[in-house]
Amino acid sequence: MSTGNPAAVEKLSRREYVLAQRELRRKKMFALALVVPLLLFLFFAFVAPIGTMLYRGVYNPVVAELIPDTLQALEQWEGQTLPDDAVLNRLALDLKRLAQTRKSGKLAEEINRHWPGASSVIKSTARRMKRQTDEALLNGGADMIRVANKKWQRVEIWRAIKKAGQVYTDGYYLTALDLERNADGDIQQRESAQIYIKLYQKTLWMALVITFSCLLLGYPLAYYLANAPSKTANLMMILVLLPFWTSLLVRTTAWIALLQTNGVVNSTLMALKIINQPIEMLYTEFSTIIAMTHILLPFMVLPLFSVMKGIDPSLMRAAQSMGAKPISAFISVYLPNTLPGLSAGALLVFIISVGYYITPALVGGTDGQMISNIIAFHMQQSNNWGLAATLGSLLLVLILALYWIYDHFIGASNIKLG
Amino acid sequence: MTLKHLSTAAALSVLFASQTFAAEMTVVSFGGAYGAAQKKHMLDPYTAETGTKLLFEDYSGGIAEIKAQVEAGNIQWDVVDIEVIDLERACSEGLLEVIDPATFPKGADGAAPLDDFIPSAVANECGVGNIVWTIIYAYNEETVGDNKPLSINDFFDTAKIPGKRAMRKRPQVNLEWALIADGVARDQVYEVLSTDEGQAQAFAKLDTIKGDIVWFDSWSQVPQLLNDGGATLGQSANGRIFSAIKEDNKPFQMVWDAHIYDLDVWSIVKGSKNKDLAMDFIKFATGTKPLSGMPDVAYGPTRKSSMALVDPAVVPDLPTSHLDEGLKADGIFWADYGESLGEKFNEWLLK
Repeated sequence: MSTGNPAAVEKLSRREYVLAQRELRRKKMFALALVVPLLLFLFFAFVAPIGTMLYRGVYNPVVAELIPDTLQALEQWEGQTLPDDAVLNRLALDLKRLAQTRKSGKLAEEINRHWPGASSVIKSTARRMKRQTDEALLNGGADMIRVANKKWQRVEIWRAIKKAGQVYTDGYYLTALDLERNADGDIQQRESAQIYIKLYQKTLWMALVITFSCLLLGYPLAYYLANAPSKTANLMMILVLLPFWTSLLVRTTAWIALLQTNGVVNSTLMALKIINQPIEMLYTEFSTIIAMTHILLPFMVLPLFSVMKGIDPSLMRAAQSMGAKPISAFISVYLPNTLPGLSAGALLVFIISVGYYITPALVGGTDGQMISNIIAFHMQQSNNWGLAATLGSLLLVLILALYWIYDHFIGASNIKLG
Repeated sequence: MTLKHLSTAAALSVLFASQTFAAEMTVVSFGGAYGAAQKKHMLDPYTAETGTKLLFEDYSGGIAEIKAQVEAGNIQWDVVDIEVIDLERACSEGLLEVIDPATFPKGADGAAPLDDFIPSAVANECGVGNIVWTIIYAYNEETVGDNKPLSINDFFDTAKIPGKRAMRKRPQVNLEWALIADGVARDQVYEVLSTDEGQAQAFAKLDTIKGDIVWFDSWSQVPQLLNDGGATLGQSANGRIFSAIKEDNKPFQMVWDAHIYDLDVWSIVKGSKNKDLAMDFIKFATGTKPLSGMPDVAYGPTRKSSMALVDPAVVPDLPTSHLDEGLKADGIFWADYGESLGEKFNEWLLK
């Protein structure tokens, strides 16, 4: 009967076969038309932004568009001595044009990234060049530039200009890995500040701790829920879900009220004479971990619950009746059966916590910061979107790599969300 | 035919829409007590006088949102209250319209606008000063103990004044204070801070109190930290402490030594559809009378003529009365070193 059966197909005449195929195609097209909105949505909300993010990390045309002539003149320059006057004249002209179109700040910001302090040099020089005629700049611009600021005599600022002028750059990726290129173009450890690797490590470590605490709290809870009478289980389920329906900000702020120096926890402990001095809990790694464990707990409980619900209770009884002690019955029978829910929950919690922003920002203080907070810093304060994009891309790669490892050793087909 | 109808309808609706919204504009500032004072003395009187509806929104400073709007060509904000520390950058990146303060109204005493405004209020071509505010540190009289802090040195002296210090989690102000407390003269702070040795010196000084610092991200956290004992000393915008003292009767005291003052200006986002209206609003808002309302929250007015209208009882609490004890925040320095010191600061935090 079915079209998949070759014997049945053979019985169809050629014409019937073509008709059937056409009908099948029509149905497929219809199905596709139904998912077109979803595909479009996915493209615009997911694929395109991530694509731009990945691209922004290597593509930086700003400087090349702002001072094309200067960069062309700098092409032959070796980078060991100061460039000759022809280059300086071109730069003088470029700066004048930028000052007139009020774009000198853009250039200044980009160059400043490679050599802190260059920003004011470029902006003040551009303001001076604005008053000169093109003629004068073309002939004597070099002298005017040197007079405008003595930092133009430093070879570093020229190296910074040349470096910033590269349209396609690995600079952001190097920075994100705490590396940089020295004057000879070799890769070396970054001299100014080394934070990103440390932050990635810390983020992964904290995500692990949070996942583990969610597991520790969530597993027994899910077990209890799955085996309790349905009336109690429903009530408990609502209690699990209730925080899920409250605003994230409210839940985080509630932790602030609980953990602060004279907050609920400290006052209670002091009243019970357990401690004499309030303990510093807020604005630490501890507070980030505890608040995030609370917030992410439902993501662990729900998949575990639905998997445990499906396990036949007679399995444990059978194991015990065959002589297994409760613990070994649990380890060799129950635990493997819950593995799909367990890995789904752990993966969910881990991946969500790696990219978490709000909670560490509010309760994290100094040592509870994660990589997302530094990405926000570069988005909002330093306006270094290229570096922010790179840090985000690396985070994405990191998670994909972890997922691949997981898939390789445990198998992603095991995951069961419900 | 249908297409034509449709496009006519679309054109008409655009026309109607722009007509309905012609007298409407978005003004963005920092909210809190400060925003309330601006609403009372600047926005509401302007609406009453001209009938222009103003949408008043809050933001937390920085230029990221303005940059995003200008780069996307989708301008949502018209008038923005910007800290001078960000103004320099926003202006030279072409994110703001040029404003000529010479065309502004005269002061109430007849002084020409350029004479009436304090010089730093009209120093940048992209904005006109609105308030002088400052960052001081404050303490809670009830928790500080017998030794009262008097100077910035005491802020770094944990032996004399034990307890937690609340500081905003960023390099700005903290590094300046560290250098001043370490003996650098106030007028040389930024020069020293632009050298590697100077930066190392500042971080080394911060190291001496690192274990006693409580970091915060928003000014609103400080009065609360001082109040509930989370911190003994707290860095704060002076207006927040002032309103905690006056409105909530908190036992707080301000220490003015080495306070770091700055201006807020009104500016117009580049490409604003309501540019003329925005200019008109700024002219109104920086008039003698509206500015004289800013001392409600202990921020100094930027016109000299406004001082005549200010309640004399408030004057000692205004930053403008303490300029000789303070240091002007250097916007140009922070445009140069904001990002590199931001990274170093984060590195130092992680150590």
